[in-house]
Amino acid sequence: MHRVSLPRIGAAKAWRDAARGFLAARVPPEQIIWGDHAAAPDLFGDASPPPSGGPVSVPRSFIAMAETAVWHSDPERFARLYAFLWRLKDAPHLMTDRGDRDLARLRQMEKNVRRCQHKMKAFVRFREIGAPDAPRRSFAAWFEPSHHTVEPTADFFVRRFADMDWRILTPDVSAIFEQGKLSFHEGHAKPDLPEDAGEALWITYFQNIFNPARLMVRAMQSEMPKKYWKNMPEAAFIPQMITEAPARARAMAEAAPTLPPARMAQVQAQLASHASAWDGPAEDLPKAIRACTRCPLHCHATQAVPGDGPTDAALMVVGEQPGDMEDLSGRPFVGPAGQMFDGIAATAGLNREAAYVTNAVKHFKFKPRGKRRIHQRPETSEIEHCRWWLHAEIAKVRPSLILAMGATAAQSLTGNGARLLSRRGSIETGPEGRPVLITLHPSYLLRAPDQARRERAKAQFRQDLVMAAELIAEDATQS
Amino acid sequence: MTKQSLDQKLAILSDAAKYDASCASSGSTRRDSRDGKGLGSNEGSGICHAYAPDGRCISLLKILMTNFCIYDCSYCINRVSSNVPRARFSVDEVVRLTIEFYRRNYIEGLFLSSGVIRSPDATMSDMVRIARKLRHEENFRGYIHLKTIPDAAPELIEEAGLLADRLSINVELPTDAAVKQYAPEKKPEQIRRAMASVRMVKDARKDKSFTGKRPPRFAPAGQSTQIIIGADGSNDATVLGQSTRLYSSYKLKRVYYSAFSPIPDSSAKLPLIRPPLQREHRLYQADWLLRFYDFQLDEITSATRDGNLDLEIDPKLAWALAHREVFPLDVNRASREMLLRVPGFGVKTVNRILTTRRHRMLRYEDLLRMGASMKKARAFVTAGGWTPGGLTDSADLRARFAPPPEQLTLF
Repeated sequence: MHRVSLPRIGAAKAWRDAARGFLAARVPPEQIIWGDHAAAPDLFGDASPPPSGGPVSVPRSFIAMAETAVWHSDPERFARLYAFLWRLKDAPHLMTDRGDRDLARLRQMEKNVRRCQHKMKAFVRFREIGAPDAPRRSFAAWFEPSHHTVEPTADFFVRRFADMDWRILTPDVSAIFEQGKLSFHEGHAKPDLPEDAGEALWITYFQNIFNPARLMVRAMQSEMPKKYWKNMPEAAFIPQMITEAPARARAMAEAAPTLPPARMAQVQAQLASHASAWDGPAEDLPKAIRACTRCPLHCHATQAVPGDGPTDAALMVVGEQPGDMEDLSGRPFVGPAGQMFDGIAATAGLNREAAYVTNAVKHFKFKPRGKRRIHQRPETSEIEHCRWWLHAEIAKVRPSLILAMGATAAQSLTGNGARLLSRRGSIETGPEGRPVLITLHPSYLLRAPDQARRERAKAQFRQDLVMAAELIAEDATQS
Repeated sequence: MTKQSLDQKLAILSDAAKYDASCASSGSTRRDSRDGKGLGSNEGSGICHAYAPDGRCISLLKILMTNFCIYDCSYCINRVSSNVPRARFSVDEVVRLTIEFYRRNYIEGLFLSSGVIRSPDATMSDMVRIARKLRHEENFRGYIHLKTIPDAAPELIEEAGLLADRLSINVELPTDAAVKQYAPEKKPEQIRRAMASVRMVKDARKDKSFTGKRPPRFAPAGQSTQIIIGADGSNDATVLGQSTRLYSSYKLKRVYYSAFSPIPDSSAKLPLIRPPLQREHRLYQADWLLRFYDFQLDEITSATRDGNLDLEIDPKLAWALAHREVFPLDVNRASREMLLRVPGFGVKTVNRILTTRRHRMLRYEDLLRMGASMKKARAFVTAGGWTPGGLTDSADLRARFAPPPEQLTLF
């Protein structure tokens, strides 16, 4: 029979060393009596130190669990951990058997310790014990944890409060941090900490952030159990806040509406002046487009995207509708399809900067799918509503040629969006009798199912852009 | 008027801030002040330092810089037409409160919001000054959440994002029409544009430069928003439709649902109601199903005819009761996707089932030990030693879960 008694401070390391020795020496759990600092000396035990053993291999996940569970207040914790470790020796897969009774119990203990650590991080309340204007400030707290949580949690406070001195005193183990050095000491009697001016402000905050119209005492107590209340200054006010809440909520509901204060008129005049300053830009059409609510698409999209480019452009390029990127940025042709267009236009000798680019439909139509937005083709009614704006843009720019990219643009400009592949490369008549060159939409080049078709579509698209560039050049020489 | 004390200002400006539901302090970059040159740390997961009797977590010092406001939103305690007492913090006062509360371990950081005064830009630049002073003069490394003012200049929003962990802008109400009616000065399209620009700046700052250097992170804990529930007539399908669009369009970290709650000195335009807390709870549950359980919007909202969620039972149970043909599932064989649809099984339980069943057959007791809520799940699964028999298809299954009928209360 072996007897091990583990110290109060540094128990995790001591247990680990002892367990490693026993395991290497193949000592079964029944032959070991584990005790903590509080355990009485055992009559039959042999106080010999654990054997120091050779190498043993243990699943990493067990070590992680043991390092937390070892701080549990259950006096059986050391024995339970070793007993399970003994079983693991022959069946390492047991660590992933979440239905195993012993593992479930250890996981439960681990969870209890973690919760206790979390509550310690949350509910420790410091009071200032030094001078507030001292170069290094000094604080102290009294806390009563349910498990032996001070040692594993102290480092959290070091990471957070390294620029001040602090001490967390508990009946179990106390942590003291002075001049950047952390030390642990055996238990402590409850100290008399000086009054702290910060506490009154904190209580004011606690009382006022509470909404009496949504009283949910059970929800509070499940997260902040009563056992912690005695060391939290704000908790003393909870009973009063609960009793007064229903009357306060009723008073709000019953109070008759009051007349607005006298300064309201003045404030609203001020507001009106801001409104005109904010709405300011001189270009009326883009502004009117951005404010469009003609069809339901505006409710879901970020913004309407008006056209962009010189208002005296010879060429107007009309796409389908803004995509994800266009919707976010408010500028047309900046997404993948726009970049595809830019790339091919450059090789086709078409000066993209000199063209006015816009879309047949000004709002992005989409369907949310998780974190992504899936493009949806606009309906005829939406194209109809938006044609109003496209016509206004055409009237403003008065282009000599309009390039209709894709079925939606063709539908909007010529009233017919069918059989695009056979119509591409031909010139039809658009609004105000202006010539409309029909071509593919660049996103078709991105989406075509196979490489060969993509390449063919690309070539056709380039051919159409070359044709557009030539038509504009011709037009420029004629006029 | 006599000069207000810091305590009086704190009372007014925290009372004014409590209608914002968010108090999260999680999901930001990990950092600490072990070097002794600063104050504070952030470890990824948030900490709730206290709970008020309304059951809400108090993680941050949630205050308004000022509750003076030039807007007149009917649902808001701070609207210009309200007669609540007004106050304004100075920059130093907010900084001092934050630091002193933080040193005493009361809070994880600051959540600063504000009424709009003078102009949106002036208000936003004061808020940015507070954050700048905390970060650069006090070397504060705790959490900062700034509420952004939609019409503020992009440079200000950009600086705010570099100083703060999280930015948020409230869409306020589920539909544009409701915003127009109850918050006449707010423009929904402007709010969406502001969210879009936050997302774009954040995305742009993710790319490394050609030297491989990362630019400073922009709002590392992301952006969030809040929708008030029950002030207008929108049903839950509309609310959830709005939030799925917000998640997909602007990559929001969270959409908060806030039951419309009585406020002091309410507006005649918007009569007070008892806050629909249960509805708020169901919306959060549905939101979770959409984001983590792979449910589609119409699966959740089609359960009832009026497009509102069932208040008596949770949305997952409602779906399961309406789709009994797929149950009972064999926990030893069913796919992950299907196990996630079992009422009473969470993501953790499902992961545990999947790892354990590789080694052996699962029995009913195993499921209990894995943390499944078998009171709910038992009717929908089979396991070693358990079969629900006729329970799955029994007519009174719903009644087993729904609360007993009771007389309506008056209020």
